[in-house]
Amino acid sequence: MSRLASARRWGRGATPYALGAPAVIWLIALFLIPLVVMLVKALETCSPITQACTMTWHWSEFSYVWHGSAQSIFTSLRFAAYATVIDVVLSFPIAYWIAFYGGRRKNFFLLMLLVPFFVSFVIRTIIWQFLLSSSGIILTVARDLHLVGPNYHVLQTSGAVIAGLAYNYLPFTALPIFVALERIDKNLIDAARDLYSSKVEVFRRVIFPLARPGVFAAFLLTFIPAFGDYVNQQVLGGISNTMVGTVIQNYFLAYSDPTSGSALSAIVMGISLIAIVLGGIAIGARNLGDYV
Amino acid sequence: MSRKPRFLPVYSWLLIGYLVLPIVVMIVYSFNNVVTGIPNVSFTWNGFTTRWYQHWSDVPGLTSSAWLSIRLALAASAAATVAGTMLALALVRYSGRRFRGKAAVDYLLYLNIAAPEIVMGSSLLGLFVSMRIDRGFWTLFLTHVVFSVAYVVVTVRARLAGFDVRLEEAAADLGSKPLTTFRLVTLPLILPGVAAGALMAFALSLDDFVTSDFVSGSVQPFPVWVYGATRIGIPPQVFVFGTAIFSLGLIAAVVSVVLSRRQPAR
Repeated sequence: MSRLASARRWGRGATPYALGAPAVIWLIALFLIPLVVMLVKALETCSPITQACTMTWHWSEFSYVWHGSAQSIFTSLRFAAYATVIDVVLSFPIAYWIAFYGGRRKNFFLLMLLVPFFVSFVIRTIIWQFLLSSSGIILTVARDLHLVGPNYHVLQTSGAVIAGLAYNYLPFTALPIFVALERIDKNLIDAARDLYSSKVEVFRRVIFPLARPGVFAAFLLTFIPAFGDYVNQQVLGGISNTMVGTVIQNYFLAYSDPTSGSALSAIVMGISLIAIVLGGIAIGARNLGDYV
Repeated sequence: MSRKPRFLPVYSWLLIGYLVLPIVVMIVYSFNNVVTGIPNVSFTWNGFTTRWYQHWSDVPGLTSSAWLSIRLALAASAAATVAGTMLALALVRYSGRRFRGKAAVDYLLYLNIAAPEIVMGSSLLGLFVSMRIDRGFWTLFLTHVVFSVAYVVVTVRARLAGFDVRLEEAAADLGSKPLTTFRLVTLPLILPGVAAGALMAFALSLDDFVTSDFVSGSVQPFPVWVYGATRIGIPPQVFVFGTAIFSLGLIAAVVSVVLSRRQPAR
Protein backbone atom coordinates (compact mmCIF):
# COMPACT_ATOMS: atom_id res chain seq x y z
CA MET A 1 0.00 0.00 0.00
CA SER A 2 2.63 2.50 1.03
CA ARG A 3 4.78 1.35 -1.85
CA LEU A 4 1.91 1.96 -4.19
CA ALA A 5 1.33 5.39 -2.72
CA SER A 6 4.99 6.34 -3.05
CA ALA A 7 5.07 5.03 -6.61
CA ARG A 8 2.07 7.18 -7.38
CA ARG A 9 3.68 10.18 -5.75
CA TRP A 10 6.86 9.56 -7.71
CA GLY A 11 4.76 9.14 -10.82
CA ARG A 12 3.05 12.45 -10.25
CA GLY A 13 6.31 14.18 -9.36
CA ALA A 14 7.91 12.95 -12.56
CA THR A 15 5.14 14.23 -14.82
CA PRO A 16 6.62 17.68 -15.64
CA TYR A 17 10.00 16.14 -16.40
CA ALA A 18 8.49 13.44 -18.59
CA LEU A 19 6.43 16.04 -20.46
CA GLY A 20 9.37 18.36 -20.96
CA ALA A 21 11.98 15.71 -21.73
CA PRO A 22 11.55 15.21 -25.51
CA ALA A 23 11.79 18.90 -26.40
CA VAL A 24 14.46 19.71 -23.82
CA ILE A 25 16.68 16.76 -24.74
CA TRP A 26 16.25 17.61 -28.42
CA LEU A 27 17.30 21.21 -27.79
CA ILE A 28 20.25 20.26 -25.58
CA ALA A 29 21.54 17.62 -27.99
CA LEU A 30 21.04 19.54 -31.22
CA PHE A 31 21.20 23.18 -30.20
CA LEU A 32 23.22 23.65 -27.00
CA ILE A 33 25.84 20.94 -27.58
CA PRO A 34 26.54 22.07 -31.18
CA LEU A 35 27.05 25.62 -29.85
CA VAL A 36 29.61 24.32 -27.34
CA VAL A 37 31.25 22.13 -29.99
CA MET A 38 31.45 25.21 -32.21
CA LEU A 39 33.28 27.15 -29.50
CA VAL A 40 35.61 24.21 -28.92
CA LYS A 41 36.32 23.88 -32.65
CA ALA A 42 37.24 27.54 -32.80
CA LEU A 43 39.93 26.89 -30.21
CA GLU A 44 41.40 23.93 -32.11
CA THR A 45 44.13 23.97 -34.70
CA CYS A 46 43.60 21.82 -37.75
CA SER A 47 46.25 20.44 -40.04
CA PRO A 48 45.55 21.63 -43.57
CA ILE A 49 46.83 18.34 -44.98
CA THR A 50 45.29 15.62 -42.81
CA GLN A 51 42.28 17.72 -41.64
CA ALA A 52 42.95 16.35 -38.14
CA CYS A 53 42.24 18.87 -35.39
CA THR A 54 43.86 19.14 -31.97
CA MET A 55 42.83 21.33 -29.07
CA THR A 56 45.34 24.12 -28.72
CA TRP A 57 43.26 26.74 -26.85
CA HIS A 58 44.30 29.29 -29.46
CA TRP A 59 42.08 32.27 -28.84
CA SER A 60 44.02 33.93 -31.63
CA GLU A 61 41.51 32.46 -34.11
CA PHE A 62 38.95 34.93 -32.79
CA SER A 63 41.14 37.99 -33.31
CA TYR A 64 42.16 36.63 -36.71
CA VAL A 65 38.59 36.26 -38.02
CA TRP A 66 37.57 39.51 -36.32
CA HIS A 67 40.24 41.44 -38.21
CA GLY A 68 39.29 39.74 -41.45
CA SER A 69 35.52 40.06 -41.05
CA ALA A 70 34.79 43.10 -38.88
CA GLN A 71 33.84 45.03 -42.03
CA SER A 72 31.22 42.44 -42.98
CA ILE A 73 29.87 42.34 -39.41
CA PHE A 74 29.40 46.11 -39.37
CA THR A 75 27.79 45.99 -42.82
CA SER A 76 25.35 43.31 -41.58
CA LEU A 77 24.53 45.25 -38.41
CA ARG A 78 23.92 48.42 -40.43
CA PHE A 79 21.73 46.71 -43.05
CA ALA A 80 19.73 44.82 -40.42
CA ALA A 81 19.22 48.03 -38.42
CA TYR A 82 18.04 49.98 -41.49
CA ALA A 83 15.69 47.14 -42.52
CA THR A 84 14.25 46.89 -38.99
CA VAL A 85 13.64 50.65 -38.67
CA ILE A 86 12.07 50.79 -42.16
CA ASP A 87 9.84 47.82 -41.33
CA VAL A 88 8.68 49.24 -37.99
CA VAL A 89 7.88 52.59 -39.62
CA LEU A 90 6.09 50.91 -42.56
CA SER A 91 4.18 48.46 -40.32
CA PHE A 92 2.92 50.77 -37.61
CA PRO A 93 0.25 52.58 -39.69
CA ILE A 94 -1.14 49.41 -41.28
CA ALA A 95 -1.08 47.49 -37.99
CA TYR A 96 -2.83 50.45 -36.33
CA TRP A 97 -5.41 50.62 -39.08
CA ILE A 98 -6.17 46.89 -38.98
CA ALA A 99 -6.27 46.80 -35.17
CA PHE A 100 -8.54 49.84 -34.71
CA TYR A 101 -10.52 50.13 -37.95
CA GLY A 102 -10.29 46.60 -39.42
CA GLY A 103 -13.75 45.69 -38.17
CA ARG A 104 -15.18 42.62 -39.84
CA ARG A 105 -12.46 42.53 -42.47
CA LYS A 106 -9.68 42.20 -39.90
CA ASN A 107 -8.90 38.59 -40.81
CA PHE A 108 -8.81 39.43 -44.49
CA PHE A 109 -6.26 42.19 -43.98
CA LEU A 110 -4.14 39.99 -41.73
CA LEU A 111 -4.15 37.36 -44.45
CA MET A 112 -2.95 39.99 -46.95
CA LEU A 113 -0.06 40.81 -44.60
CA LEU A 114 0.84 37.12 -44.47
CA VAL A 115 0.57 36.51 -48.21
CA PRO A 116 4.34 36.76 -48.87
CA PHE A 117 4.86 33.79 -46.53
CA PHE A 118 3.09 31.52 -49.00
CA VAL A 119 5.84 32.04 -51.54
CA SER A 120 9.31 30.70 -50.90
CA PHE A 121 11.73 33.27 -49.52
CA VAL A 122 14.28 32.39 -52.23
CA ILE A 123 11.73 32.86 -55.05
CA ARG A 124 10.59 36.23 -53.59
CA THR A 125 14.18 37.45 -53.59
CA ILE A 126 14.78 36.26 -57.17
CA ILE A 127 11.70 38.21 -58.28
CA TRP A 128 12.96 41.37 -56.61
CA GLN A 129 16.22 40.87 -58.49
CA PHE A 130 14.21 40.92 -61.70
CA LEU A 131 12.02 43.85 -60.66
CA LEU A 132 15.02 45.96 -59.65
CA SER A 133 17.27 45.00 -62.56
CA SER A 134 18.22 47.62 -65.15
CA SER A 135 15.95 45.94 -67.71
CA GLY A 136 13.17 45.42 -65.17
CA ILE A 137 9.81 47.19 -65.09
CA ILE A 138 10.61 49.74 -62.39
CA LEU A 139 13.83 51.14 -63.84
CA THR A 140 12.57 51.03 -67.44
CA VAL A 141 9.58 53.17 -66.51
CA ALA A 142 11.71 55.49 -64.38
CA ARG A 143 14.17 55.95 -67.27
CA ASP A 144 11.39 56.66 -69.76
CA LEU A 145 10.02 59.30 -67.41
CA HIS A 146 13.55 60.73 -67.06
CA LEU A 147 13.38 60.26 -63.33
CA VAL A 148 16.78 58.54 -63.39
CA GLY A 149 19.77 58.76 -65.69
CA PRO A 150 20.56 56.08 -68.31
CA ASN A 151 23.33 54.52 -66.18
CA TYR A 152 21.39 54.46 -62.93
CA HIS A 153 21.24 51.02 -61.36
CA VAL A 154 19.84 49.57 -58.16
CA LEU A 155 21.21 46.03 -58.10
CA GLN A 156 24.67 45.60 -56.55
CA THR A 157 24.02 48.55 -54.26
CA SER A 158 23.50 48.54 -50.49
CA GLY A 159 20.08 50.06 -51.08
CA ALA A 160 18.97 46.97 -53.01
CA VAL A 161 20.06 44.65 -50.17
CA ILE A 162 18.29 46.77 -47.55
CA ALA A 163 15.16 46.91 -49.71
CA GLY A 164 15.21 43.12 -50.09
CA LEU A 165 15.67 42.56 -46.35
CA ALA A 166 12.92 45.07 -45.56
CA TYR A 167 10.51 43.37 -47.96
CA ASN A 168 11.25 39.83 -46.79
CA TYR A 169 10.89 40.55 -43.07
CA LEU A 170 7.99 43.04 -43.18
CA PRO A 171 5.33 40.48 -42.11
CA PHE A 172 7.52 39.48 -39.15
CA THR A 173 7.44 43.11 -38.00
CA ALA A 174 3.81 43.90 -38.78
CA LEU A 175 2.25 40.89 -37.03
CA PRO A 176 3.66 41.32 -33.50
CA ILE A 177 2.95 45.06 -33.65
CA PHE A 178 -0.63 44.31 -34.71
CA VAL A 179 -1.04 41.82 -31.84
CA ALA A 180 0.23 44.39 -29.31
CA LEU A 181 -1.97 47.19 -30.71
CA GLU A 182 -5.05 45.00 -30.73
CA ARG A 183 -4.68 44.36 -27.01
CA ILE A 184 -4.82 48.08 -26.21
CA ASP A 185 -8.01 49.14 -24.46
CA LYS A 186 -9.59 51.71 -26.79
CA ASN A 187 -11.00 53.56 -23.77
CA LEU A 188 -7.47 54.57 -22.80
CA ILE A 189 -7.11 56.45 -26.08
CA ASP A 190 -10.50 58.12 -25.66
CA ALA A 191 -9.55 59.04 -22.11
CA ALA A 192 -6.32 60.67 -23.31
CA ARG A 193 -8.28 62.61 -25.97
CA ASP A 194 -10.86 63.72 -23.42
CA LEU A 195 -8.01 65.05 -21.33
CA TYR A 196 -6.96 67.23 -24.29
CA SER A 197 -3.86 65.40 -25.42
CA SER A 198 -2.92 65.96 -29.04
CA LYS A 199 -2.67 63.11 -31.57
CA VAL A 200 1.11 63.11 -31.24
CA GLU A 201 0.86 62.94 -27.47
CA VAL A 202 -1.65 60.10 -27.63
CA PHE A 203 0.77 58.18 -29.79
CA ARG A 204 3.86 59.01 -27.78
CA ARG A 205 2.42 58.60 -24.30
CA VAL A 206 -0.34 55.98 -24.71
CA ILE A 207 -0.11 53.92 -27.89
CA PHE A 208 3.64 53.46 -28.25
CA PRO A 209 4.34 52.54 -24.59
CA LEU A 210 1.57 49.92 -24.71
CA ALA A 211 2.87 48.57 -28.03
CA ARG A 212 6.40 48.10 -26.67
CA PRO A 213 6.18 44.29 -26.26
CA GLY A 214 5.11 44.04 -29.91
CA VAL A 215 7.88 46.34 -31.10
CA PHE A 216 10.41 44.28 -29.17
CA ALA A 217 9.10 41.02 -30.63
CA ALA A 218 9.19 42.65 -34.08
CA PHE A 219 12.80 43.68 -33.51
CA LEU A 220 13.68 40.14 -32.41
CA LEU A 221 11.99 38.52 -35.44
CA THR A 222 13.36 41.03 -37.98
CA PHE A 223 16.76 42.25 -36.84
CA ILE A 224 18.26 38.87 -35.85
CA PRO A 225 17.39 36.94 -39.03
CA ALA A 226 18.30 39.95 -41.19
CA PHE A 227 21.67 40.17 -39.42
CA GLY A 228 22.55 36.57 -40.35
CA ASP A 229 20.92 36.59 -43.79
CA TYR A 230 23.03 36.14 -46.89
CA VAL A 231 20.46 35.41 -49.59
CA ASN A 232 19.43 39.05 -50.11
CA GLN A 233 23.02 40.18 -50.28
CA GLN A 234 24.10 37.43 -52.67
CA VAL A 235 21.11 37.89 -55.00
CA LEU A 236 20.58 41.67 -54.82
CA GLY A 237 23.93 43.03 -53.67
CA GLY A 238 27.50 42.68 -54.78
CA ILE A 239 31.02 42.17 -53.50
CA SER A 240 31.25 45.68 -52.08
CA ASN A 241 28.54 44.99 -49.49
CA THR A 242 29.42 41.47 -48.30
CA MET A 243 27.47 40.50 -45.20
CA VAL A 244 28.83 38.28 -42.45
CA GLY A 245 26.52 35.39 -43.41
CA THR A 246 28.28 35.11 -46.76
CA VAL A 247 31.67 35.03 -45.02
CA ILE A 248 30.56 32.21 -42.68
CA GLN A 249 29.00 30.32 -45.58
CA ASN A 250 32.25 30.61 -47.53
CA TYR A 251 34.37 29.40 -44.60
CA PHE A 252 32.24 26.28 -44.20
CA LEU A 253 31.01 25.44 -47.69
CA ALA A 254 33.60 26.96 -50.04
CA TYR A 255 36.96 27.05 -48.21
CA SER A 256 36.42 24.02 -45.91
CA ASP A 257 37.77 26.05 -43.00
CA PRO A 258 35.42 25.13 -40.13
CA THR A 259 37.80 26.56 -37.51
CA SER A 260 37.52 30.13 -38.81
CA GLY A 261 33.86 29.59 -39.65
CA SER A 262 33.12 28.41 -36.11
CA ALA A 263 34.98 31.32 -34.55
CA LEU A 264 33.08 33.82 -36.70
CA SER A 265 29.78 32.07 -36.01
CA ALA A 266 30.48 32.28 -32.25
CA ILE A 267 31.19 36.01 -32.63
CA VAL A 268 27.88 36.45 -34.52
CA MET A 269 26.03 34.60 -31.74
CA GLY A 270 27.62 36.86 -29.10
CA ILE A 271 26.81 40.03 -31.05
CA SER A 272 23.20 38.86 -31.53
CA LEU A 273 22.76 38.42 -27.78
CA ILE A 274 24.28 41.83 -27.06
CA ALA A 275 22.08 43.37 -29.78
CA ILE A 276 18.95 41.83 -28.23
CA VAL A 277 19.79 43.23 -24.78
CA LEU A 278 20.64 46.68 -26.20
CA GLY A 279 17.55 46.63 -28.44
CA GLY A 280 15.41 45.71 -25.45
CA ILE A 281 16.81 48.63 -23.47
CA ALA A 282 16.36 51.04 -26.39
CA ILE A 283 12.73 50.00 -26.91
CA GLY A 284 12.12 50.24 -23.18
CA ALA A 285 11.35 46.59 -22.52
CA ARG A 286 12.05 46.13 -18.83
CA ASN A 287 11.99 42.38 -18.50
CA LEU A 288 13.12 40.66 -21.68
CA GLY A 289 11.78 37.30 -20.51
CA ASP A 290 8.22 38.64 -20.41
CA TYR A 291 8.15 39.10 -24.14
CA VAL A 292 9.05 35.63 -25.25
CA MET B 1 -12.77 56.76 -31.18
CA SER B 2 -12.73 59.86 -33.31
CA ARG B 3 -13.63 60.05 -36.99
CA LYS B 4 -12.24 57.51 -39.42
CA PRO B 5 -8.84 58.47 -40.84
CA ARG B 6 -8.66 58.99 -44.59
CA PHE B 7 -4.94 58.54 -45.11
CA LEU B 8 -4.59 55.14 -43.40
CA PRO B 9 -6.74 53.01 -45.75
CA VAL B 10 -4.98 54.41 -48.84
CA TYR B 11 -1.60 53.77 -47.26
CA SER B 12 -2.57 50.26 -46.14
CA TRP B 13 -3.79 49.27 -49.59
CA LEU B 14 -0.56 50.59 -51.13
CA LEU B 15 1.49 48.53 -48.67
CA ILE B 16 -0.58 45.43 -49.42
CA GLY B 17 0.03 46.08 -53.12
CA TYR B 18 3.76 46.22 -52.41
CA LEU B 19 3.61 42.92 -50.51
CA VAL B 20 1.59 41.19 -53.24
CA LEU B 21 3.49 42.58 -56.25
CA PRO B 22 6.28 39.93 -56.44
CA ILE B 23 3.71 37.16 -56.09
CA VAL B 24 1.66 38.51 -58.98
CA VAL B 25 4.86 38.67 -61.04
CA MET B 26 5.66 35.04 -60.16
CA ILE B 27 2.19 33.81 -61.16
CA VAL B 28 2.16 35.84 -64.41
CA TYR B 29 5.65 34.63 -65.42
CA SER B 30 4.77 31.00 -64.72
CA PHE B 31 2.71 31.35 -67.94
CA ASN B 32 5.53 32.98 -69.91
CA ASN B 33 6.78 31.17 -72.98
CA VAL B 34 10.49 30.58 -73.64
CA VAL B 35 11.81 31.10 -77.15
CA THR B 36 15.45 30.14 -76.66
CA GLY B 37 16.70 26.54 -76.75
CA ILE B 38 17.37 26.20 -73.04
CA PRO B 39 14.14 26.40 -71.05
CA ASN B 40 15.06 28.94 -68.38
CA VAL B 41 12.98 31.68 -66.84
CA SER B 42 13.31 34.91 -68.74
CA PHE B 43 11.71 38.15 -67.74
CA THR B 44 10.93 39.36 -71.22
CA TRP B 45 7.38 38.47 -72.18
CA ASN B 46 7.32 35.87 -74.96
CA GLY B 47 3.63 35.08 -75.00
CA PHE B 48 1.19 33.06 -72.93
CA THR B 49 1.64 29.32 -72.52
CA THR B 50 0.49 26.58 -70.17
CA ARG B 51 3.43 24.44 -71.26
CA TRP B 52 5.16 24.54 -67.87
CA TYR B 53 2.01 23.39 -66.12
CA GLN B 54 1.65 20.47 -68.53
CA HIS B 55 5.31 19.55 -68.08
CA TRP B 56 5.46 20.40 -64.39
CA SER B 57 7.52 17.33 -63.46
CA ASP B 58 10.01 17.46 -66.33
CA VAL B 59 12.85 18.74 -64.18
CA PRO B 60 13.89 15.70 -62.13
CA GLY B 61 15.90 17.44 -59.40
CA LEU B 62 13.17 20.01 -58.85
CA THR B 63 10.33 17.52 -58.43
CA SER B 64 12.25 15.35 -55.97
CA SER B 65 13.35 18.39 -53.96
CA ALA B 66 9.73 19.58 -53.72
CA TRP B 67 8.55 16.18 -52.47
CA LEU B 68 11.44 16.08 -50.02
CA SER B 69 10.42 19.49 -48.67
CA ILE B 70 6.82 18.39 -48.20
CA ARG B 71 7.76 15.12 -46.43
CA LEU B 72 10.28 17.01 -44.32
CA ALA B 73 7.81 19.72 -43.33
CA LEU B 74 5.15 17.12 -42.40
CA ALA B 75 7.57 15.03 -40.30
CA ALA B 76 9.33 17.96 -38.62
CA SER B 77 6.14 19.88 -37.81
CA ALA B 78 4.52 16.73 -36.37
CA ALA B 79 7.50 16.05 -34.09
CA ALA B 80 7.88 19.71 -33.11
CA THR B 81 4.15 20.01 -32.35
CA VAL B 82 4.05 16.94 -30.07
CA ALA B 83 7.29 17.77 -28.22
CA GLY B 84 6.51 21.49 -28.05
CA THR B 85 2.95 21.01 -26.76
CA MET B 86 4.21 18.64 -24.04
CA LEU B 87 6.87 21.12 -22.93
CA ALA B 88 4.35 23.99 -22.95
CA LEU B 89 2.04 21.95 -20.69
CA ALA B 90 4.92 21.24 -18.30
CA LEU B 91 5.94 24.92 -18.23
CA VAL B 92 2.44 26.31 -17.64
CA ARG B 93 1.07 23.69 -15.25
CA TYR B 94 4.03 23.19 -12.91
CA SER B 95 5.65 25.77 -10.70
CA GLY B 96 9.42 26.06 -10.37
CA ARG B 97 9.14 23.93 -7.21
CA ARG B 98 7.50 20.99 -8.99
CA PHE B 99 9.50 21.44 -12.19
CA ARG B 100 13.07 22.15 -11.20
CA GLY B 101 15.12 23.70 -13.96
CA LYS B 102 12.09 25.53 -15.36
CA ALA B 103 13.99 28.83 -15.44
CA ALA B 104 16.88 27.12 -17.26
CA VAL B 105 14.44 25.71 -19.83
CA ASP B 106 13.04 29.22 -20.34
CA TYR B 107 16.55 30.54 -21.02
CA LEU B 108 17.21 27.65 -23.40
CA LEU B 109 14.08 28.48 -25.41
CA TYR B 110 14.99 32.14 -25.39
CA LEU B 111 18.52 31.45 -26.58
CA ASN B 112 17.12 29.20 -29.32
CA ILE B 113 14.80 31.91 -30.64
CA ALA B 114 17.59 34.49 -30.38
CA ALA B 115 20.16 32.41 -32.28
CA PRO B 116 20.51 33.48 -35.93
CA GLU B 117 19.84 30.64 -38.34
CA ILE B 118 23.36 30.84 -39.68
CA VAL B 119 24.74 30.06 -36.20
CA MET B 120 22.41 27.08 -35.82
CA GLY B 121 23.16 25.80 -39.31
CA SER B 122 26.91 26.14 -39.08
CA SER B 123 27.15 24.68 -35.56
CA LEU B 124 25.06 21.66 -36.57
CA LEU B 125 27.17 21.18 -39.67
CA GLY B 126 30.24 21.18 -37.41
CA LEU B 127 28.62 18.59 -35.15
CA PHE B 128 27.52 16.31 -38.00
CA VAL B 129 30.93 16.49 -39.67
CA SER B 130 32.89 15.86 -36.47
CA MET B 131 30.62 12.90 -35.61
CA ARG B 132 30.88 11.64 -39.19
CA ILE B 133 27.11 11.61 -39.65
CA ASP B 134 26.05 11.56 -43.30
CA ARG B 135 23.91 14.54 -44.17
CA GLY B 136 20.51 13.75 -45.65
CA PHE B 137 16.83 13.53 -44.77
CA TRP B 138 17.38 12.65 -41.12
CA THR B 139 19.87 15.43 -40.38
CA LEU B 140 17.42 17.85 -42.02
CA PHE B 141 14.56 16.43 -39.94
CA LEU B 142 16.51 16.75 -36.65
CA THR B 143 17.53 20.30 -37.56
CA HIS B 144 14.09 21.49 -38.62
CA VAL B 145 12.61 20.38 -35.30
CA VAL B 146 15.36 22.31 -33.48
CA PHE B 147 14.43 25.64 -35.06
CA SER B 148 10.64 25.20 -34.92
CA VAL B 149 9.95 23.58 -31.53
CA ALA B 150 10.44 26.81 -29.52
CA TYR B 151 7.81 28.59 -31.66
CA VAL B 152 5.32 25.79 -30.93
CA VAL B 153 6.04 26.12 -27.19
CA VAL B 154 5.46 29.90 -27.29
CA THR B 155 2.20 29.56 -29.27
CA VAL B 156 0.69 26.73 -27.19
CA ARG B 157 1.79 28.39 -23.96
CA ALA B 158 -0.06 31.58 -24.90
CA ARG B 159 -3.21 29.53 -25.42
CA LEU B 160 -2.76 27.62 -22.15
CA ALA B 161 -2.33 30.85 -20.20
CA GLY B 162 -6.03 31.65 -20.59
CA PHE B 163 -7.14 28.13 -19.62
CA ASP B 164 -9.52 27.51 -16.73
CA VAL B 165 -7.85 24.75 -14.66
CA ARG B 166 -11.15 24.12 -12.84
CA LEU B 167 -12.41 22.34 -15.96
CA GLU B 168 -9.70 19.70 -15.52
CA GLU B 169 -10.38 19.49 -11.79
CA ALA B 170 -14.06 18.96 -12.50
CA ALA B 171 -13.22 16.11 -14.88
CA ALA B 172 -10.94 14.54 -12.22
CA ASP B 173 -13.67 14.90 -9.58
CA LEU B 174 -16.00 13.01 -11.88
CA GLY B 175 -13.54 10.13 -11.94
CA SER B 176 -11.72 10.84 -15.19
CA LYS B 177 -8.16 9.49 -15.50
CA PRO B 178 -5.43 12.07 -16.36
CA LEU B 179 -5.01 10.85 -19.93
CA THR B 180 -8.76 10.79 -20.52
CA THR B 181 -9.03 14.31 -19.10
CA PHE B 182 -6.30 15.43 -21.47
CA ARG B 183 -7.98 13.84 -24.46
CA LEU B 184 -11.53 14.99 -23.70
CA VAL B 185 -11.02 18.33 -21.93
CA THR B 186 -7.55 19.83 -22.29
CA LEU B 187 -6.73 19.02 -25.90
CA PRO B 188 -10.00 20.26 -27.46
CA LEU B 189 -9.64 23.54 -25.58
CA ILE B 190 -6.01 24.18 -26.53
CA LEU B 191 -6.42 22.80 -30.06
CA PRO B 192 -6.47 26.22 -31.80
CA GLY B 193 -3.10 27.00 -30.18
CA VAL B 194 -1.70 23.58 -31.09
CA ALA B 195 -2.96 23.95 -34.66
CA ALA B 196 -1.43 27.43 -34.96
CA GLY B 197 1.88 26.10 -33.63
CA ALA B 198 1.79 23.16 -36.05
CA LEU B 199 1.04 25.46 -39.02
CA MET B 200 3.87 27.75 -38.01
CA ALA B 201 6.31 24.83 -37.70
CA PHE B 202 5.15 23.53 -41.09
CA ALA B 203 5.64 26.92 -42.76
CA LEU B 204 9.03 27.49 -41.11
CA SER B 205 10.23 24.08 -42.29
CA LEU B 206 8.86 24.37 -45.84
CA ASP B 207 10.47 27.77 -46.41
CA ASP B 208 13.73 27.30 -44.56
CA PHE B 209 16.82 28.09 -46.59
CA VAL B 210 19.77 29.17 -44.44
CA THR B 211 19.92 26.27 -41.98
CA SER B 212 19.07 23.70 -44.66
CA ASP B 213 21.81 25.08 -46.89
CA PHE B 214 24.32 23.97 -44.25
CA VAL B 215 22.92 20.57 -43.27
CA SER B 216 21.45 19.31 -46.55
CA GLY B 217 24.50 17.79 -48.25
CA SER B 218 23.47 16.18 -51.53
CA VAL B 219 19.78 15.81 -50.57
CA GLN B 220 18.38 19.26 -51.28
CA PRO B 221 15.03 20.66 -50.13
CA PHE B 222 13.09 22.92 -52.52
CA PRO B 223 14.52 26.33 -51.45
CA VAL B 224 18.11 25.01 -51.51
CA TRP B 225 17.58 23.49 -54.95
CA VAL B 226 16.07 26.72 -56.31
CA TYR B 227 18.91 28.78 -54.88
CA GLY B 228 21.46 26.46 -56.49
CA ALA B 229 19.61 26.84 -59.79
CA THR B 230 19.91 30.65 -59.73
CA ARG B 231 23.56 30.28 -60.72
CA ILE B 232 22.84 28.31 -63.89
CA GLY B 233 19.34 29.48 -64.80
CA ILE B 234 15.94 28.80 -63.29
CA PRO B 235 13.61 26.37 -65.08
CA PRO B 236 10.09 27.86 -65.45
CA GLN B 237 8.69 24.92 -63.48
CA VAL B 238 10.07 26.61 -60.34
CA PHE B 239 7.36 29.25 -60.75
CA VAL B 240 4.76 26.53 -61.33
CA PHE B 241 5.73 24.92 -58.01
CA GLY B 242 5.82 28.34 -56.38
CA THR B 243 2.32 29.12 -57.68
CA ALA B 244 1.03 25.71 -56.54
CA ILE B 245 2.46 26.10 -53.01
CA PHE B 246 1.08 29.64 -52.85
CA SER B 247 -2.41 28.51 -53.91
CA LEU B 248 -2.47 25.63 -51.40
CA GLY B 249 -1.26 27.92 -48.60
CA LEU B 250 -3.89 30.50 -49.49
CA ILE B 251 -6.68 27.91 -49.60
CA ALA B 252 -5.60 26.50 -46.21
CA ALA B 253 -5.52 29.99 -44.71
CA VAL B 254 -8.93 30.96 -46.12
CA VAL B 255 -10.47 27.71 -44.87
CA SER B 256 -9.04 28.26 -41.38
CA VAL B 257 -10.30 31.87 -41.32
CA VAL B 258 -13.80 30.73 -42.35
CA LEU B 259 -13.79 27.90 -39.79
CA SER B 260 -12.64 30.17 -36.98
CA ARG B 261 -15.43 32.63 -37.81
CA ARG B 262 -18.00 29.86 -37.45
CA GLN B 263 -16.91 29.12 -33.89
CA PRO B 264 -18.76 31.06 -31.20
CA ALA B 265 -16.83 34.00 -29.82
CA ARG B 266 -14.97 33.20 -26.65
